[in-house]
Amino acid sequence: MRTGKHIKNILFRSIGLFVFLILWELAPRLGWVREIFLSPPSVVITALIEMLLDGSLMPHIVASLLRIFRGLLLAASVGVIMGLLFGYFRRVNQTLDLLFQFFRQISAFALFPVFILFFGLGEVSKTAIIFWASLWPILLNTSAGVRDVEPVLIRSVKSMGASKMYTFLNVILPGATPQIFTGIRLGGSYCVMAVVAAEMIGATSGLGYLVLYSQQIFKVPQMYAAIVALALLGIALNGMLGLLERFFSSWRKL
Amino acid sequence: MVKVQARSVKREYSIVNSVGKKETLSVLKGLDLDINEGEFITLLGQSGCGKTTFLNLLAGLEKEDEGEILIDGKPLSERDFNRGVVFQNYALLPWRTVIKNLEIGLEIRGVKKKERREIARKYLKLINLTAFENQYPHQLSGGMKQRVAIARVLVYEPELVLMDEPFAALDAQTRESLQIELIRIWEAHKKTIVFVTHSIDEAILLSDRIAFMSDGKVNEIIDVNLPRPRFKYMTSSSEFLKIHEKISFLLQEEAERLQSYGAYL
Ligand SMILES: Nc1ncnc2c1ncn2[C@@H]1O[C@H](COP(=O)(O)OP(=O)(O)OP(=O)(O)O)[C@@H](O)[C@H]1O
Ligand SMILES: [Mg+2]
Repeated sequence: MRTGKHIKNILFRSIGLFVFLILWELAPRLGWVREIFLSPPSVVITALIEMLLDGSLMPHIVASLLRIFRGLLLAASVGVIMGLLFGYFRRVNQTLDLLFQFFRQISAFALFPVFILFFGLGEVSKTAIIFWASLWPILLNTSAGVRDVEPVLIRSVKSMGASKMYTFLNVILPGATPQIFTGIRLGGSYCVMAVVAAEMIGATSGLGYLVLYSQQIFKVPQMYAAIVALALLGIALNGMLGLLERFFSSWRKL
Repeated sequence: MVKVQARSVKREYSIVNSVGKKETLSVLKGLDLDINEGEFITLLGQSGCGKTTFLNLLAGLEKEDEGEILIDGKPLSERDFNRGVVFQNYALLPWRTVIKNLEIGLEIRGVKKKERREIARKYLKLINLTAFENQYPHQLSGGMKQRVAIARVLVYEPELVLMDEPFAALDAQTRESLQIELIRIWEAHKKTIVFVTHSIDEAILLSDRIAFMSDGKVNEIIDVNLPRPRFKYMTSSSEFLKIHEKISFLLQEEAERLQSYGAYL
C-alpha cells in the first residue's frame, strides 16, 4: 500500500522528464531538427553506455572529479577559515565586506584569462577558476552562519564561565556548521559549472574537454553523452553534499 | 550573611530616539539591594523597570556604569565567582543531547569525562528525566527543557543562581509542578536564588523576600513570612492575601505614575 503510493509519487514527479525525453526523441526523428545537430536520447544513451563499456569515458569522469575535488577542497579550507574569521571579528567584517561583495560579483569565467596569464594553461589555472567559483558561497555562508548563532547561547555559556576559546569551539562552530555545509553544497554546484569552462581551454581530459572535442570531430552523440554525464555528475555531487549537509544539521528542528 | 551588595548601581544605554537622535537612557538609577546567603529573593516590577538589566550585571554579562556590586564583600569584577543563569527561552545547545547539555558547566571547569557523566546523571535523576538522557532539546517539551536548563546550572554548584522569568512560557500546570520542583531542589542545596517574575502568586509562593522595583531602583522590600513547605491552598491565607494586596497596590500605583508620565510627554 505504502510502496504503491511511493511509486505513484515517483511516477508523478517524473512526468516532466518523460515528456521532455519524448519530445527530444521525436524532434530529430520527425525531422523538426536535423539529426546531425541533435541526436535523439536513445542514441545518446547507447553512446553513453558504449563509452562506459569500452572504457573511454571513465578517464574523463575521473579527471573532472579530481579537478572538482581539488578545487572544492581548497575552496572549503580557505573559505571556512576566512569565513569564520570574517564572521567572528566584527572589525574584519566591516573592513572587508565591500571588497568581498565586489569579488563575489566577478565571474570566475571572466577571470580565467587572467589566471592563464599568471599560471599558464596547466592545472594551476584550472584549479584557480574552480576555487574562485566555489570560494565565495562557502566563505559568505560560513560568516553568515557565525553571525547567526543565537546570542543567548553565547551568553549562556559565558555566564557559566566559558573562555572565548570554549565558546568558539562549542557554540559558534557547531552553531555555524549547518550553514557552512550549505555553502559547501552551493560551492559544489558552482564547481561543476566552472570545471566545464576550465576544461574547454588547454585541456586534454575531462568531460568539458570531451564535449568540445566530440563536437569538433563531429561525434555528436558522444557530445550529448558527455553533456548528460556532466549533468549526472552534478546531480551525484549535489546529492552527496546534500546528505553531508543534512547529517550536520540533524539537530535542527524541522 | 550578606552574599551580594548592590550599592547605588547605575546603568545606562545609549539609544537612538524616535527622531533619530542619540540619547542616553537611564535604566538603573542608583539601585541598592542586599541579598542574603541562601535566600530566595524575587525581583518584581513593571515591564521595563530594569530587572533583566540588573540580572545581567549580576551575571557579569554587562558592567555597571556607576556604583558597585560586591560579592562576599569583594567587587564582582575582581572575583571570578560561580554563577548560573536560567534564561527564559532555555538556551540549551540544540546540537547537544540532554546529558551533554548538563555537562557544559563541568566541562568548562575541567572535570574529567567519567566524573562529569556521573554528576550529570545525578542531576538528571533529580529532575526526573533519566529516560531522556540521549534526546536532543527539540525532542523535549517546554517544561522538560526548562528542567534541563535549571539542572544545567545547578550541576556545577554556582554560588548564585539567577532566573529571569523561567516559567513564563509554560502552561499553568507545568509551571506549578516546576515551582514545586525548584523549591525542593533549592531546599536541598540552599543556593542563593535571584528570581524574576511577573506573577504575584509565583513570587509569594516561592520567595523569602520580594524586592519591588520601580524606575530603576528597589523601592520596597516585602518579607514573605509564610511557613514552608508552601502549598497552593495557602493562596487563600490571610498572610498571602495581605502581601498580594500590597504588591497589587504598588503595581497599580506604578502604572498610574507611568501613565501620567506618558501624558506629560
Ligand atoms: N541593550 C540595550 N540597549 C538599549 N536599551 C536597552 C538594552 N537593554 C535594555 N534596554 C532598555 O532598558 C530598559 C529596561 O530593560 P529590562 O530588560 O531590564 O527591563 P525588565 O524589567 O526586564 O522588563 P521585562 O519585565 O519586560 O522583562 C528598557 O526600557 C529597555 O528598552
Ligand atoms: Mg526582562
